[in-house]
Amino acid sequence: MQADIQELAKELGLGLDLLGCIQCGKCTGGCPVSITTALNVRFLVYEALVDALPDLGGMEELWDCTCCFTCVERCPKDVRPAELIISLRSQLVESGKIPGTIGDALMSIFRQGNPLGFAREDRAAWAEGLGIKSAREGCEVLWFVGCVPSYDMRSQAVAKAAAKVFQAAGVDFGILGTEETCCGNEVRRVGEMGLFEMLVEEGKPLLESVGAPTMVTTSPHCFNTFKHEYNLEGMEVLHYTQFLARLIEEGKLTFSGKVERVVTYHDPCFLGKQNHVFDEPRAVLQAIPGVKFVEMDRIRERSLCCEGGGGRMWFEGTNTEERLAFQRVHEAAETGAEVLAVACPFCMSMLEDAVKVQGLEDRLKVMDILELVAEAM
Amino acid sequence: MASAKPAALVIGAGIAGIQAALDLADAGFPVYLVEREPSVGGRMSQLDKTFPTLDCSSCILTPKMVDVGQHPNIELMTYSEVVAVEGEVGSFHVTIKKKPRYVEEDLCKGCGACAEACRMHGRVIDTFNQGLGKRAAIYVPFPQAVPLVYTIDPNACIYLTRGVCGKTFKCKDACPADAINFDQKEQFVEVDVAAIIVATGFDLIDPRTKPEFGYGVYPNVLTGLEFERLSSASGPTAGKILLNGKEPKDVVFIHCVGSRDPHTGVPYCSRICCMYTAKHAHLVRDKLPDARITVFYIDMRAFGKGYEEFYDRVKHEGVIYRRGEPSEVFKRGDKLVVRADDTLLRRTVEVEADLVVLATAVVPRADTEAVARLLGLERTPDGFFKEAHPKHCPVESTRPGVFLAGCCQGPKDIPDTVAQGKAAAAAAMGVLHQAMGNG
Repeated sequence: MQADIQELAKELGLGLDLLGCIQCGKCTGGCPVSITTALNVRFLVYEALVDALPDLGGMEELWDCTCCFTCVERCPKDVRPAELIISLRSQLVESGKIPGTIGDALMSIFRQGNPLGFAREDRAAWAEGLGIKSAREGCEVLWFVGCVPSYDMRSQAVAKAAAKVFQAAGVDFGILGTEETCCGNEVRRVGEMGLFEMLVEEGKPLLESVGAPTMVTTSPHCFNTFKHEYNLEGMEVLHYTQFLARLIEEGKLTFSGKVERVVTYHDPCFLGKQNHVFDEPRAVLQAIPGVKFVEMDRIRERSLCCEGGGGRMWFEGTNTEERLAFQRVHEAAETGAEVLAVACPFCMSMLEDAVKVQGLEDRLKVMDILELVAEAM
Repeated sequence: MASAKPAALVIGAGIAGIQAALDLADAGFPVYLVEREPSVGGRMSQLDKTFPTLDCSSCILTPKMVDVGQHPNIELMTYSEVVAVEGEVGSFHVTIKKKPRYVEEDLCKGCGACAEACRMHGRVIDTFNQGLGKRAAIYVPFPQAVPLVYTIDPNACIYLTRGVCGKTFKCKDACPADAINFDQKEQFVEVDVAAIIVATGFDLIDPRTKPEFGYGVYPNVLTGLEFERLSSASGPTAGKILLNGKEPKDVVFIHCVGSRDPHTGVPYCSRICCMYTAKHAHLVRDKLPDARITVFYIDMRAFGKGYEEFYDRVKHEGVIYRRGEPSEVFKRGDKLVVRADDTLLRRTVEVEADLVVLATAVVPRADTEAVARLLGLERTPDGFFKEAHPKHCPVESTRPGVFLAGCCQGPKDIPDTVAQGKAAAAAAMGVLHQAMGNG
């Protein structure tokens, strides 16, 4: 099994290195779900190494992993523990033993290009009447809107805010409309490597054909996979927070209004821990006139995961009682913040639900940074 | 030092350099002992107790410091740096820069009246105390300093940084010996030596390279060396373990901070941390009998004489060892929380702490590359100076006539450091004898 798993990981293009593990436990000690669920990735690495993995089909906790990659970041020996989970998931995908809701999401991506079960032809419906051009007409900036902002009603407001901000800053941007297809970041992380490969094979030439020197994504998840896993040529990939920070610095994005509110910020794992984009979102928030910016305790490299990544948007997890997002919104409320700013559609969804469930609606509002920027224009 | 015998240069006056200098001097060879800091003593002078015997570090070090200060065959040059080395084995020509202390060494009595009077008194970060205390701009690093001569910190002195310090120099007015001299300039001294011993010591990694532990964010997350100063009777709390005036109830020690981690540039084991942490845990138990003490470790390495026995002792004192390297420190209410996978329980645990002590990696001195170029030395991939052969020539550098002692060659504890200091002196004596024959 050890040789098999290591070999499989290699075939899948993963850097898993079981033999390097010193069993220090930094992976599991930092794993956001290791207290609330049965998942112990350090122990899994050992089991895989000594050929003692149990029947994977019975290990529902494998789907608890959010692929926040804290384990990968903290591991001193480059074992890349999360990639063992991805490898094991890929075996389960091969044998069809996956949670039904994840199967549905994958099927929807395969058929409609999005995991939410909506029709491909409705992907750009949110943009009607907003005067957004097609990237096909040529543009300096290709804005990759993403699945959730395209279809989810709450996130559509973020997409609209983005459009308003880009237009006000005079950015020459376009979108791919109904041609835009799921980036596959989560597809790869739930182990559906075949589908991910297909998405890259079709997506890469499409994205490159636009000829834009810059691509800006709404979601850190799209940003992550485009930046690291698509090998896009002639195209710089930015998360919108990086792009906005640049526009502000260049004096192209200016504010005429104010947002007189106390704001704190939640680092998305795919932007922060995995790509070390910590300063730009804060710079944007602090540039908004009127904003009083406060920090939570667990920030930047020590930020708490919202549990929305790695396929968890489509799988409740084995512990629905103690969601990390519940903890997180209390931490945000304790700072005295009125707004919990996010920069990721998954974080938005997880944290906004948590605010409702925890009865904090009259104290704390979850807003995307883009919405705060748009409000101050 | 009117000796006809060829001389040796020892660079660095920590315990390695002190030992090497004393052995050479005792054998009758003249020694130039050059130390960058205002006093000899090095890292060992910062330590509270030493493992596994629990000797007071200062008590066993101070007599040797006094010896190098008084030895007729040792010319001690503190607050000085080697700036050029020419020649070859048997006939090196060395240039040494003496930095201005702005205090006349032969006049200063070490009374400290100047520091009391200094306008910066209590306002300058005390580096000897690892920043846990404040001193004046004119200072001795610690009371047992050798030489016991005050030095003016050019980066903190109001006069030296701004060109004026009130209407009158408070330090000058206070000095009963008229020893303060702001006209001092740096001086260059040239000496001829037959052999050189490099004993430049080590640094500790900045724990901010591991941001997950919250060092620099939480004032009650300390490094091991900071803990030494906190625990030392000569430290800022006179040896009381107090944080913000309060005794900690829960103390957590974390091994391997930055060590065994290629990402921090420290792929190696720092060798001393397992044992000094055991000593720290003992000191906490000794001073705070009711404290709950937890040590998180990856692998326990108690390899030296009396070390495993000391580890046994500390465990029996009620120090709880838990296997697993913590991954995160954060705050919950008034407490810190240390989160770790207890790998024996196979369960992630959160241990509360009022004090967290990080066993930070031993790393080469920040200026190792400059020193290597100055002396024509090679370095091993870990960054330390390279010995001529790891087994057969452990104290010879790759340049004939230049020898290595102490942690500049790699992390080591005090017994190994002293042994290497003595070995380097013995090896250097071979060269000195040959030079004598040639002369």
